[in-house]
Amino acid sequence: MATDILMPALSPTMEEGKLAKWLKKEGDTVKSGDVLAEIETDKATMEVEAIDEGVLAKILIQEGTEGVAVNTPIAIIADEGEDVAAAAASGGKPKANGADSGGQAAPAPDMQAEGQAAKPAPSAKTGDDAPRAPAAPATITNKAPAPVMEEFPAGTEMVTMTVREALRDAMAEEMRRDEDVFVMGEEVAEYQGAYKVTQGLLQEFGARRVVDTPITEHGFAGIGVGAAYTGLRPIVEFMTFNFAMQAIDHIINSAAKTLYMSGGQLGCPIVFRGPNGAAARVGAQHSHDYAAWYSNVPGLKVIAPYTASDAKGLLKAAIRDPNPVIFLENEILYGQTFPVPKLDDFVLPIGKARIHRQGSDVTIVSFAIGMTYALKAAQALAEQGIEAEVIDLRTIRPMDTDTVVESVKKTGRCITVEEGFPQSGVGAEIVARLMVDAFDYLDAPVLRITGKDVPMPYAANLEKLALPNVAEVVEAAKSVCYK
Amino acid sequence: MDAANEAGQPKLDPASAEPGLAEAPEAHRPAPNAPQFTRDEDLHAYHEMLLIRRFEEKAGQLYGMGLIGGFCHLYIGQEAVVIGMQMASEDGDQVITGYRDHGHMLACGMDPNGVMAELTGRRGGYSRGKGGSMHMFSREKQFFGGHGIVGAQVSLGTGLGFADAYRKNGKVSLTYMGDGAANQGQVYESFNMAALWKLPVVYVIENNRYAMGTSVARASAQTDFSKRGLSFGIPGEQVDGMDVRTVREAAQRALAHARTGEGPYILEMQTYRYRGHSMSDPAKYRTKDEVSKMREEHDPIEMVRKRLIELHGVPEADLKATDAKVRETVNDSAEFATHDPEPDPSELWTDILLEARA
Repeated sequence: MATDILMPALSPTMEEGKLAKWLKKEGDTVKSGDVLAEIETDKATMEVEAIDEGVLAKILIQEGTEGVAVNTPIAIIADEGEDVAAAAASGGKPKANGADSGGQAAPAPDMQAEGQAAKPAPSAKTGDDAPRAPAAPATITNKAPAPVMEEFPAGTEMVTMTVREALRDAMAEEMRRDEDVFVMGEEVAEYQGAYKVTQGLLQEFGARRVVDTPITEHGFAGIGVGAAYTGLRPIVEFMTFNFAMQAIDHIINSAAKTLYMSGGQLGCPIVFRGPNGAAARVGAQHSHDYAAWYSNVPGLKVIAPYTASDAKGLLKAAIRDPNPVIFLENEILYGQTFPVPKLDDFVLPIGKARIHRQGSDVTIVSFAIGMTYALKAAQALAEQGIEAEVIDLRTIRPMDTDTVVESVKKTGRCITVEEGFPQSGVGAEIVARLMVDAFDYLDAPVLRITGKDVPMPYAANLEKLALPNVAEVVEAAKSVCYK
Repeated sequence: MDAANEAGQPKLDPASAEPGLAEAPEAHRPAPNAPQFTRDEDLHAYHEMLLIRRFEEKAGQLYGMGLIGGFCHLYIGQEAVVIGMQMASEDGDQVITGYRDHGHMLACGMDPNGVMAELTGRRGGYSRGKGGSMHMFSREKQFFGGHGIVGAQVSLGTGLGFADAYRKNGKVSLTYMGDGAANQGQVYESFNMAALWKLPVVYVIENNRYAMGTSVARASAQTDFSKRGLSFGIPGEQVDGMDVRTVREAAQRALAHARTGEGPYILEMQTYRYRGHSMSDPAKYRTKDEVSKMREEHDPIEMVRKRLIELHGVPEADLKATDAKVRETVNDSAEFATHDPEPDPSELWTDILLEARA
């Protein structure tokens, strides 16, 4: 019985990779544990090992091939004694995905935006040996947002890059500019970043300025804050913001409050950054969205970008800011590409929302990965004759209420979209502000689309249910339009 | 518990765990071979410690009159620790401590008026009345607080040392904590990183024998705090924290170690606070005899005073004049702190964020 070797996933959010090298050739005998091939993604390299003994009957994907989707058959192994030629001819066919055929779609949210061709969702792992549907290679390329507010000169050359690269470039540019800027955190240096956001920084700036820490969030957050008291500008990376819970005392009590408690003497110019919110299938302890938590605290600024361009411009601003800034990234967005203006020094203002899509019928306010639902919903609504205005808050604190209110004055209707929990969430804050600042302009109650009020479940179907989805956003938008 | 006994720890019955006077640490007895101070050094130490003593007594008074609010943790009895440390430190070395911080501020040269006015919550206070007893800072004097979260200052102080190492400026962070804070987890995270990166930090553990109302023996499996850095390779020593001379001598060793790139150093200062944990603490967890014996036999100021008269031949009248001068300074600070206006209401909304540079 011939066995297909499938393109493996290196992480819960990996969708595709490069088949870098074959270490075995057709006709070679392989045994369990032999390294067959090397695969690469933008953040990691991994070896593919043989699980069963047999003969490498056929290589289906040649080395050097980029964009090989997870679960694509890459080779066929013939069992011992099996006719190799027959095996080579038999395998390699895409197989049905049990989960999908059962109506349980993949857990990861859909990423495409602004009318890009639909991208197949990454396949759910449904069981140890369940066959997987190949996902067609797809790159998520987002079009430039219509810059309602001119944030770079018209005609600026745009380059396409991932959010991950944009963040790295932002740090590198600021580190070149200011000797006082340094990065510290777990695996930021030698490992090149747990999510490869700090890739290359050690090589350029050395171990003095790119500092690997032990796994002691409480301790190194405090060390970062102490260093910031003296005027250094630390960028403290948390492998995820879930782990920052260990350090939250220093973020709140030591970083956010000291300027006030010192009567303005002691500022704390520090950036705490890292992935926030749900990735995919990592369970409740690794999926928490802290945007609302940090936005509750005076003395902090809280940024949660969606696009690569905003990630770059706002991270540069955060590093230059003399205050403690919480910079919430998202693992799923790291690999997404967006156009970024090619400018020597592209810095965006903190505290300014961006109208990502103009519309006149309903305002959809979101931020970070919530924008993916909002934009897809806007597309669907447009097909039904409803033009949504989509506002990307970008900064959660200070919140740009004016931009939201001005939009609501025009549309008279508003819904909010976030992955975080409903109670005391960012959406709840927007609702409260609109009650005060736009009450007379509202034609319908403001509705919130949020993550469900449950700890994040692990099971693919439950996780999908726990997160917001596009249908909910569309439904809410139609509801406030009384359609 | 068995392991502790094997390690030479006394078997502790929590009900009788408070060490009695008979168990007063060896270091609290006058050291026969204590390093000597010159006349000027003793005069300096006397003045500096007396200023803290009188300041704290006045703060206690003002608290009793309702002029100081909230929490107020007095440093009375522990003066030799911070003064001995400061006598060994250099300009530019940073100081950071917990909530029992008035003595450290005065020792750093901060203005008593500004400290007292902060205690009374007035606009002339170091934090413009917005910090209070536990939260004062002076960038000018390199005093980085004043922290109300027990143990937080240890990671922060390690960060000050990180900055010194980053800048290669030859300065050292003097990071103080109490015996209570020394049990916090982040202390050990910080010890680990400080040792790993050879940061110039001197950790000063002020062991005044009670973490609020809990004696060291009831809270600590290892009561020898100088050993708390052993597993990280951080040298430590137990120091008679009631004798300003032994404090300074140990501080010189520790600071030289840290300043020459050898990494952190731990000094356990065996000291004693005469007052309760805070003003609201009746200190029922120890006997009056214990306190009075310590005051009579080991008072850090009285020991210097005795030396000045007997050893250095300073006329008593001169010391009285010093006392009068210190009292005047302290009375002036109380006068200032009780007449300075409260912050302008507009101050509610200032100092939350700094303006970004253009």
